[in-house]
Amino acid sequence: MTTDHAGSVTSDHAADIDRHVRIYITVFVALMVLTIVTVAISRFHLPVHIAVTIALLVAVIKGSLVACYFMHLISEKKLIYAVLALTVAFFIALLTLPVLTVHDGYWMR
Amino acid sequence: MEIPYTVEIRRDTGLTNGKIGIWLFLASEVMLFGALFASYILIRTGSASWPRGDTILDVPLATFNTIVLISSSVTMVMAWASLMRRRFGTFRIYMGATILLGFTFLVVKYFEYSHHLHLGEFPRTSNFLAIYYTLTGLHMLHVMGGMAVNAYFWGPGAKQWKTNPEWFTNRVEHSGLFWHFVDLVWIFLFPTLYLL
Repeated sequence: MTTDHAGSVTSDHAADIDRHVRIYITVFVALMVLTIVTVAISRFHLPVHIAVTIALLVAVIKGSLVACYFMHLISEKKLIYAVLALTVAFFIALLTLPVLTVHDGYWMR
Repeated sequence: MEIPYTVEIRRDTGLTNGKIGIWLFLASEVMLFGALFASYILIRTGSASWPRGDTILDVPLATFNTIVLISSSVTMVMAWASLMRRRFGTFRIYMGATILLGFTFLVVKYFEYSHHLHLGEFPRTSNFLAIYYTLTGLHMLHVMGGMAVNAYFWGPGAKQWKTNPEWFTNRVEHSGLFWHFVDLVWIFLFPTLYLL
């Protein structure tokens, strides 16, 4: 979302911003609730693989809310999506490759 | 010479130069933190045993800091929304609150670090502490950087509002994107280091 050239705020524009502000507050409440959920789940002392899965799932939901609404990714231009798609591909490779080297016993040779 | 495409949209990208610039920068930041997260996974999966974060770190303090950082993200986006509505006074309040919340985060982090250092828990003590100090330390540097930029827009940089409000609003939006990214990184750091 980029500022337009208008020098004054039209009523449509103001209503649009008001709608955005309501979304920001809703997202804020959701993030607070999910933070409490994250901490509460950790108190159950679940097996590591289940705890990791749940914690990362909640973190992904929280991160998506921040990215989509606070960073306006939900209504961005195609070029930004293209840049991020490339970033995500490299990010996944970056996280996966070390794990694969552990599982195939590379460090034990 | 005037800087091009600060307010007007480029026809080829559909964006201002500042917007595409900050997103490219954030993409490089993802890779920076990604490399450290990959190191964390490698060290953790490769070790015979790994401590649960909550047995070493202070979870209530970190939960408080999570709430502080999420709140600062809201005040940041509200600061931008205030400029979009041409309410400069409200912008100042929200931006001031964002800076104060960032400062609160750093104060809490200071107490957390000093507690560990007082107990003799240094980065060299264990792999867990090494990765904890590295990840949270780098994140803290980002908080400081974001605060410096936000403080500039709250203070001396705000003069631009009188001469070029559209450009100023875009710059605050870009600064906000960085700030939200810092919040986003913490959202992943918190469970990874403190709870698992």
